Amino acid sequence: MKYDTVKFKRQPKIIGAYSIVGPKEGEGNFKDYFDYIMKNDLFGEKTFEKAERKMIETAITGAIQKAKLKVSDINILVAGDLLNQIISSSYAARAFDFPYLGVYGACSTMAESIAVASTLVDGGYFENVVCCTASHFSTAERQYRFPLELGNQRPPASQWTVTGAGSCVLSQKGKGPRVTMATFGKVIDWGITDVNNMGAAMAPSAMETLLAHFENTKTTPDDYDLIATGDLGKLGSEILIDLMEDKGIKLGLNYSDCGQMYFRRDQKTLCGASGCGCAATVFNSYIMKKLQDGQYKRVLFMPTGALLSTTATQQGESVPGVCHAIVVESYED
Amino acid sequence: MDIKERNKAYNKYVSAKVPKTKPWPTLFNSFWVGGLICLIGQGINDLILFLAPNISEQSAWAYTLISLIFIASFLTGIGVYDKIGKFAGGGSIVPITGFSNSITSPSVEFKSEGIVYGICVKMFTIAGPVIVFGVISSAFVGLIYYIVYLFI
Repeated sequence: MKYDTVKFKRQPKIIGAYSIVGPKEGEGNFKDYFDYIMKNDLFGEKTFEKAERKMIETAITGAIQKAKLKVSDINILVAGDLLNQIISSSYAARAFDFPYLGVYGACSTMAESIAVASTLVDGGYFENVVCCTASHFSTAERQYRFPLELGNQRPPASQWTVTGAGSCVLSQKGKGPRVTMATFGKVIDWGITDVNNMGAAMAPSAMETLLAHFENTKTTPDDYDLIATGDLGKLGSEILIDLMEDKGIKLGLNYSDCGQMYFRRDQKTLCGASGCGCAATVFNSYIMKKLQDGQYKRVLFMPTGALLSTTATQQGESVPGVCHAIVVESYED
Repeated sequence: MDIKERNKAYNKYVSAKVPKTKPWPTLFNSFWVGGLICLIGQGINDLILFLAPNISEQSAWAYTLISLIFIASFLTGIGVYDKIGKFAGGGSIVPITGFSNSITSPSVEFKSEGIVYGICVKMFTIAGPVIVFGVISSAFVGLIYYIVYLFI
């Protein structure tokens, strides 16, 4: 039953962050914060998978540039995505001349990669580590659901996978928001079998990680300027608030869900955004900028992931969820 | 707490909270779009019979079906049919145009994996069950027809 919250002694700094999104995401609520908005979903490539790969390459290069480093300064890349065998990240890593560590935490991959990278940097083994995560609506739809051109209706609880990639550079030196703590989550399954209701499947894992985090760090929701879950969506975040209230903790106005905030209401995404790219692009654009400005002093970033596959669900399995949390604090001059 | 009980309680709570599809607008849209598709089919049928009066009614039906299948495939290819489907739901799935869409859409989608392993293999991923059950049930009905015919 024991969770461990890691408290970083050296506090790795996030010295560069870059986000790239598709055209639909570029019309959403965070449009002014993204670094690059693609003109179309193909990004000049022949297939959507290749486009996703190119997005990761662009995000990594962009983050390194914004950190004012050279590619040769990077020691290792920690990356992951949604596709089978995490091909987008692995094939993107082919283009770079540094070692690569592939991680998979479904939509929680951004926090997972930052947490892993922070331990690597904090341990003193690596100086500069790049984290990257991406998802693409068209590749995810085809892997998990139906062909794009099929004339079906999406159920009201479903969410829209974000086309986007986010990347950041963690370093021992330099100036930037610091990663101070990380709580690694357990895999939690409360028996939800509806694959169109990811929010409900993932909310219990968010609750578990959040409870463990508060207990281990002796903090309360009021100690954070922002508590951001990844892609619980409209329904999932309401469930999380209810679940936390049952445990006696009230999540107030400082709690938000990236997926719920992502799109405007008239973009017809039903319960909001989802996918690795959802949490990754919001974190590496909006949240990072607010931390750099000092508007946010302390952010608890805790995206959740639904660890399902079509094979498992077709065999009647329920949807397990996982949630990793990191605390990022702004720096003082 | 018992895990099974907890899961059951949670599932009950979630199913009460999950947003439901509004039945009346959805039914209305699927009804009139489905009806419109059938009306177009009837129009095509009448047109064929008007232009070529000497073909039999049965071959006119076949030509009508072929035309509808072609139109739906074409609309799928240019990315219109999924928008109709989003609006009409069952209204555009139940007629033969929906079947055509379910074959064409994976073909378009999996074009990138090549002709054999992409288009040909994936073509029936959605329509496959329809074909299987169609063949089985027609064989079954044929059998009943044969037995009944023996006694009349």
